[in-house]
Amino acid sequence: MKILLVDDEVELVSAMAERLGYRGLDADWAENGEDALKMAGETDYAVAVLDMKMPRMGGLELQEKLVARHPGMRFIFLSGHGSEADFKAGRAAGCNYLIKPIQLEDLVDMIREVAGEDAQ
Amino acid sequence: MKLFEKIKPQFWETDPGTGPAKSLFDYRRIWRKAVVVLALVALVPLCVLASIDYSVTRHSLEFENLLRTSRTTSNARRTVAYFLEERTKALQFLAEHQGIANLMNPANFAHVLQSLKSSFGGFVDIGIIDSRGRQVAYNGPHDLLGLDYSRQEWFENTMTQGTYISKVFLGFRDEPHLVVARKVYDAKTDEVFILRATLDTGQFNDMLTSLDLPGGGDAFLVDRDGIIQTPSKSHGDLLHEVNLLNIPEYSEKTSVRQTKDMDGTEYTVGYAYVRGTPFIVMVVKETAELMKPLQAIRMELLWMLTLCIAAILVVIVWVATYMVDKIYIADQTRARTLHRMEHTNRMASIGRLAAGVAHEINNPLAIINEKAGLISDLFTYRKEYVHDERLMANIRSIIDSVARCGRITKRLLSFARHIDVEMASIVFKDLADEVMDFLRKEAEYRSISITLDIPDDLPEFVSDRGKLQQIFLNLINNAFQAMNDGGDLYIAARAITEDRMVFTVEDDGCGIPEGDIKRIFDPFFSTKKKVGGTGLGLSITYGLVQELGGNMAVESEVGKGTIFTITLPTKGFEKADKK
Repeated sequence: MKILLVDDEVELVSAMAERLGYRGLDADWAENGEDALKMAGETDYAVAVLDMKMPRMGGLELQEKLVARHPGMRFIFLSGHGSEADFKAGRAAGCNYLIKPIQLEDLVDMIREVAGEDAQ
Repeated sequence: MKLFEKIKPQFWETDPGTGPAKSLFDYRRIWRKAVVVLALVALVPLCVLASIDYSVTRHSLEFENLLRTSRTTSNARRTVAYFLEERTKALQFLAEHQGIANLMNPANFAHVLQSLKSSFGGFVDIGIIDSRGRQVAYNGPHDLLGLDYSRQEWFENTMTQGTYISKVFLGFRDEPHLVVARKVYDAKTDEVFILRATLDTGQFNDMLTSLDLPGGGDAFLVDRDGIIQTPSKSHGDLLHEVNLLNIPEYSEKTSVRQTKDMDGTEYTVGYAYVRGTPFIVMVVKETAELMKPLQAIRMELLWMLTLCIAAILVVIVWVATYMVDKIYIADQTRARTLHRMEHTNRMASIGRLAAGVAHEINNPLAIINEKAGLISDLFTYRKEYVHDERLMANIRSIIDSVARCGRITKRLLSFARHIDVEMASIVFKDLADEVMDFLRKEAEYRSISITLDIPDDLPEFVSDRGKLQQIFLNLINNAFQAMNDGGDLYIAARAITEDRMVFTVEDDGCGIPEGDIKRIFDPFFSTKKKVGGTGLGLSITYGLVQELGGNMAVESEVGKGTIFTITLPTKGFEKADKK
């Protein structure tokens, strides 16, 4: 199972991908929406973890585009804001939602949950 | 003073222009102005009318007094004139009826005098004087026969005018007398004679003293030089000058005027000249005595006026107090609403600020978190430093601290998020824990022990999370301020019915004096103003509880502590929430 991490904070997203790797989850990362779309075209990702706020293309917009091209893909949103609007939008999109800073174990559990795998 | 404390209107103690409750008005000034203006408008016309009424009454009484005095004087003049005329006519009758020759008979003349004394009274002597002025017949106590009057003034007067009446004089026995003389024509001798009689003034005096003069009035005769002719009660001795000023000029008519005596006492004096005599009738009444009825009227008027003024003032004060109290209440409501709005706005700003700060911190925090996690993972999974306890402990410490920071920013976000949120399902225990997180540190520093008695099976309920948090926070803050270090705070929650729950916040602090209890929910009522209290906390809390459709009650005992009890509906409060 391959995971795609998208966040404009390169330091964050690279460390996160490496840590997921240690936990047996194969994660690639991208630092913006355009790169993410390109990578999704090349590789089949089961779950995408998207930051809500990114320059040019936000998490929700990216999700819409990814869903259109890869209907089977599942999504998890990350946000440092936790504002009412974000919260509602995330809920409305039927996605899971974590507020930074996250506990990596929470993310792992959530990835396994949305991917329909047992969180062992 | 105690009575004033009881009836004192609400607005009396407000201090305009100071503090956050700055009023639009200076209530006491408005009240004073209203009372003064209303009193002027009502009382000035009343007083003017009363004084006009008084002056009209006084004038009419004065006029009536003048009229009455004038009448009395005229009557007295008529009586005096009649008396004297009667006696002169009697002399003429004698001459015409008996003839001078008959009268000259001494025996007959003595008989005539006797008859005059018994029928008219007052006759002392009688004489006949011929046209040359010689007394040709006389009957009386003195020996006056043959006396020559030809050079005397009265003789000439009688000869020219026909009748003569003398002024009063003291006779030989020091008795006051007067003389009447009448020129008569004797047909038998074809000669002119004068019949002359001396009268004592006793009858005269009786006649004047018998006049009914109320209140120390005095009636007497004076001559044209102001010499008193009949006894006066208080205006001078007989045959001495009268002590009143201003005897008027001769006039046929009676006149009445106000005058003063030597002592300055004011008198109402009626004058009437008696025609053909030297006499003036004087009726003298003390003006003050005459005006006595006015005093009674004045007292009555004054009483009525005082009563009316008192009644009007009471009504004016009541109306002014009532109106200003209403303005005060309206103004207070305005201030309260304004402050609640300000508070809400401030809370919203704080919420936005907190959310902004939390967001800014969250991103770097997430990086620290991931980097530290990565280091930890590297050590753990590569097993190079996994046994270096010190390194691993440091990493864990970093990760724990980041987690703590994360909890703080999440709490800030949560508060911010709920500022304008409506109904949500609430687990009261979680909400209490969330709020307590903010206060736990202060409680620890001050060694305040907090007991949370919230049963796990307390059902979830629907309410406004943000408002509930604020209510809870305010109450606990309030309790902290009342408590000494090392106190006990007890918080309990229970479901009392299916759709109502109650929670209590009980402290063992200083308590609230009985007099203050009913005011603690008033805006700006604070016992801590000097140390920066705004007096808004409990008032806002009360408002929030009402917005949530609940009730708030307080029990307190000074020195023992205070219990706030809040009852809330658990199924939402649609009406109360609509603003």
